[in-house]
Amino acid sequence: MSDKRQSLGDAIAAHVHDADAIALGLALESGIPFAAVHELIRQRRRDLTLIGPISDMAFDQLIGAGCVTRVIAAWVGNVAGGSGYCFRRALEQGIPHPITVEEHSNFTVGLALKAAAMGVPYLPTLTGIGSDIVRDHPRIRPQDDPFGGPPLLAVGAIRPDVTIVHTQRADRHGNAHLWGNLGLTLEGVYAARRTIVTCEEIVADEVIRSDPNRTVIPGLLVDAVVEVPGGALPASVQGYWRRDFETFLGYHGRSRTLEGYRAWLDEWVLGIASRDAYLAHLGQPALDRLRVRDQRLAAAANFAP
Amino acid sequence: MSAIATYTRRELMVVAAGREIHDREVVFVGMRLPLLGFGLAKATHAPEAVGLFENGIIRDRPAEAFIYTMGDPPNIAGALACVGLLDVMSLLQQGRVDVGFIGGAEVDPLGNLNTTWAGGEGRPVRLPGSGGGQDIASLAQRTVLIMEHEPRRFRERVSYVTSPGHFPGRRRGGPATLITTLGVFDLRQGRFRLRSLHPEVSLAHVRAATGFAVESDGTPAVTEPPTQEELAYIRHADPQGFWTGDHRGKGGD
Repeated sequence: MSDKRQSLGDAIAAHVHDADAIALGLALESGIPFAAVHELIRQRRRDLTLIGPISDMAFDQLIGAGCVTRVIAAWVGNVAGGSGYCFRRALEQGIPHPITVEEHSNFTVGLALKAAAMGVPYLPTLTGIGSDIVRDHPRIRPQDDPFGGPPLLAVGAIRPDVTIVHTQRADRHGNAHLWGNLGLTLEGVYAARRTIVTCEEIVADEVIRSDPNRTVIPGLLVDAVVEVPGGALPASVQGYWRRDFETFLGYHGRSRTLEGYRAWLDEWVLGIASRDAYLAHLGQPALDRLRVRDQRLAAAANFAP
Repeated sequence: MSAIATYTRRELMVVAAGREIHDREVVFVGMRLPLLGFGLAKATHAPEAVGLFENGIIRDRPAEAFIYTMGDPPNIAGALACVGLLDVMSLLQQGRVDVGFIGGAEVDPLGNLNTTWAGGEGRPVRLPGSGGGQDIASLAQRTVLIMEHEPRRFRERVSYVTSPGHFPGRRRGGPATLITTLGVFDLRQGRFRLRSLHPEVSLAHVRAATGFAVESDGTPAVTEPPTQEELAYIRHADPQGFWTGDHRGKGGD
């Protein structure tokens, strides 16, 4: 297998283009690839479609920065805080420009990605019957059960151009270990044309091969693997980082006004060169509070043949 | 401890939510207050209940420390399983979830919830969207709704049905209970009936805060206040009062 290690800047430059459809935030609240999100903003990607279930602050930041024209998601906001104010400004006032939303529930986003991951045009479901979401929906349509049961809904496949995930560790080929809740990580990676993995650590190949059940992302699906310690902050990463709730709530307060959002963006994204600089700006006391130093190791699993 | 327990309205709502969980049930735990309500039920009257979280966590113990979200590390450590969203949604779709929790910005007498666009007559306000709300509303054997009780939120008909309530032809479940800042309501069979008023709330207050008719039989019951054991759990799980508020007064906030 080839060596797929790249810098974050090079990986975003090489694999994410204007007008791409990008899936991220797939594990839900944990492991959101915020370092990659901020790099997309710094590289001024435009006309993006964002795909995801919920999106704890990440979609809001990209929308406010003018990177996005379309959202395919179940929920856009700040999980602990409530509304996403950039999302609201875009939809209510067209600031910084109008965007469109393809409404989903978490289940239907997942089924759409799963259909693409399976290579089929749609998957049937019972969710959403009686909801206004599925009314005149471009990707969810009534369907008769070919086996004679009651009517269903069919959810059409979504194929992201790029899926971006953050995991605990990977080898240089992109084979990645992830533990904790998985959300739609597998579906997003298997569905995508290209995948970028950012991770806390790039480890020796043998570490990954020692526990193949934990290899949630096979390297053959990965185009670039980037070592970015702290690359999901302020989101948590099990065993590495706690949730940085102060940053989530601070953003929620500051992004309430357009001026506040712009100042936040200047301070935390545009005026910051890299994830290392982000961590330095957070400061040592915050890093000490957020970094997980305790160990609670899983029992070993014997793979001897 | 004083003889008269003091507690916030939100603590009372968490207690009411926890009491909707019966022992040995499979619970689809939502965001915010139900995160505490599930832990409370586990720690008190429902020790054998199992919680499913839409990010893929399955656990049978309360979170190990305070959590803002279901994905926070104390909700992962000690879990029974960490799987995918489609795995837990599939259990929901099979009908294996007894009770699910959903919040909303607007509700109507049939228990339809709107979390997409609010505003009615005023300028529309964009809300975050369904999340898993539509799925829980569609697929759980029964749902418990949690709401702020304000006239603008209680509408004869919600302007957008994000999470469906009772409708003809519904195959399963539907809203069973609505817990608000003012009382607890029974929504089974598509009727909106008062079950209990929170302490120091009058029926007239509820009627004034509800944009449609509220059924009530005789003299309404009063919501059972939290026990010391329940309050102790809530204050252990939410020590700063992030979810349950800092306006501790007898039943008020």
